[in-house]
Amino acid sequence: MSATTSSEPRTALARVFDACAAGGRAALVPYVTAGHPSPADTPAVLRMLAEEGADVIEIGVPFSDPLADGPVIQRSSFEAIGQGADLRWVLRTLADFRREHDTAVVLFSYLNPILRHGLDRFLDDASEAGAQGVLVTDLPVGSDPETERRFDDSALDLIRLVAPTTLPARVARIAAASRGFLYYVSRTGVTGTQAELREGLARQVEAVRAVSPVPVAVGFGISDAAQAATVAQVADGVVVGSALVQALARGGVDEARPFVRGLRAAMARPGG
Amino acid sequence: MSLFAPAPAAVHDGRFGPYGGRFVPETLITALDELVQVYADAAADEAFWDELEALRCDFVGRPTPLYLASRLGAEAGGARVYLKREDLNHTGAHKINNALGQVLLARRMGKRRIIAETGAGQHGVATATACALFGLQCIVYMGEEDVRRQALNVYRMNLLGAEVRPVSSGTRTLKDATNEAIRDWVTNVADTHYIIGSVVGPDPYPRMVRDFQAIIGREARRQVLEKEGRLPAAVIACVGGGSNAIGIFHPFVGDAEVALVGVEAAGEGLDSGRHAATLTAGKPGVLHGCLSYLLQDEGGQVAPAHSISAGLDYPGVGPEHAWLRDEGRAEYASVTDAEALDAFARLARLEGIIPALESAHAIAYVLREGARWRDAGPVVVCLSGRGDKDVAQVAEMTGGA
Repeated sequence: MSATTSSEPRTALARVFDACAAGGRAALVPYVTAGHPSPADTPAVLRMLAEEGADVIEIGVPFSDPLADGPVIQRSSFEAIGQGADLRWVLRTLADFRREHDTAVVLFSYLNPILRHGLDRFLDDASEAGAQGVLVTDLPVGSDPETERRFDDSALDLIRLVAPTTLPARVARIAAASRGFLYYVSRTGVTGTQAELREGLARQVEAVRAVSPVPVAVGFGISDAAQAATVAQVADGVVVGSALVQALARGGVDEARPFVRGLRAAMARPGG
Repeated sequence: MSLFAPAPAAVHDGRFGPYGGRFVPETLITALDELVQVYADAAADEAFWDELEALRCDFVGRPTPLYLASRLGAEAGGARVYLKREDLNHTGAHKINNALGQVLLARRMGKRRIIAETGAGQHGVATATACALFGLQCIVYMGEEDVRRQALNVYRMNLLGAEVRPVSSGTRTLKDATNEAIRDWVTNVADTHYIIGSVVGPDPYPRMVRDFQAIIGREARRQVLEKEGRLPAAVIACVGGGSNAIGIFHPFVGDAEVALVGVEAAGEGLDSGRHAATLTAGKPGVLHGCLSYLLQDEGGQVAPAHSISAGLDYPGVGPEHAWLRDEGRAEYASVTDAEALDAFARLARLEGIIPALESAHAIAYVLREGARWRDAGPVVVCLSGRGDKDVAQVAEMTGGA
């Protein structure tokens, strides 16, 4: 794939994955909902993730109607909103974090809070706060060319998603539009935990990687270190969300830290 | 071309001006593409519309009457008021028009599992009915709050063989029932068709549901011409998501002399913050897959709506309404819970018709503003549903039994 709609797909974010690969491992991409368990906890949560070797942190912007999310992330979003977490606060918190740490950050958001903030203002503010990318769950490729172009023209990488239901021709189109990294949704469904990974996952990830000019991270339903280790064999990066949010809900940073440490240890590839 | 098919539209990009679109998780794109294609094929197939028309006629009881409500008109400032009697449809509301059309599409796609969201329960009952008719599995998501308010409709859905799943997240009303239905669809998209009940959601739903509901306006237009020899001065309908309103407006949109008035729920008053008047008080935003007007706060969180009527208790609105509003082709007003309750009782006494609380909003508007059209010509009000489902709730609230 040489033709892309964006200038240069292998941005700083892509190079984070390259560095991991060079070190013989997959990138660890933990997701946390900003403002959960409480807004006061978020700086410590982000610090812990950086200390435990997260390669890219996905920070979820809480939204009232998270229709791509399962019960765990829904609950975390509602609790965060109930305690006053909104996009402006997320951006301030991100800026504080990035003053102390250089771990890459991708904002994970639904479209409406971004539109309400003002799209151009958001692109400036998020980039100024230190985000490298943004993933918008409800802005699929081709849904709004004008809006997508404004993302592409910005300093942020718009992270695109491919689902198990995406047809091959569309996978190629999405890959061609990708910058930073591509997010492969590992199952047909919403975010959440699961007992076992889907059969055929490795083959499908390989098919996406074959057409993608950027690294491919796999997420949705990766629940523990063993599953993360399996995915790390076939993907450039592993996203863990609900299981981490659950650990934070149960026991805060103290409970989440060993969980993240276990995930990080599971990123190694044989011979790496 | 079937007599019953809508006029073929130019290829539609899913937008109404800037509104509409398809803002959904990637997982649903393939299913939406399939639905667009299947609907395009069906829409061009005479046999599809003939089958639907036979069901409308023999199963639903269409055409519904256009009834001159003289005693209502006398109290509505002397306007000549016609009621389009969608309350006389089988299952008691206009929702069956859409449910049957979409079940026929599900059959074309070979999908045997049907899901739906419902607020007042009318769309749930209509979908359960259509599924019973075709032997399909039916699951209806309904907010816990609405399950309580509309117990009779929950019982009806169960009787029709549907499973009602109460939704306890968020506001526990229509908005969150819709979120949960979308999550089900994302998870079970391979064998499941999602029958959205209003002119909301990602393309092709707003235009497809409109086309199935436009039968209301086509009949009303023909009937008023027969009875009055002229077009109406105004067409009035309540707006939650806006499907009965779009259905009756659509065939009149090209008739510049016909005023189109949508009536939203002002709840406890526009200043109270407890209302569902999205076009009156909302701002553009994205919810449930489309860009339209939305009740929301400064941070872009969707604000809870409020209406005495579960069917209007929704913080969004169909994107075509947003466009009709911005273009000035339709105007949108609002009436309060109290006005709707008053109209509910007055229509019962004046005409022997108990309206749904949703439809009572349109009646309340014509009672309040009818004088505007006293000398202008006949007014058609869409009586979208009957009020049996609301009687227990109203009795509880007003202390009368």
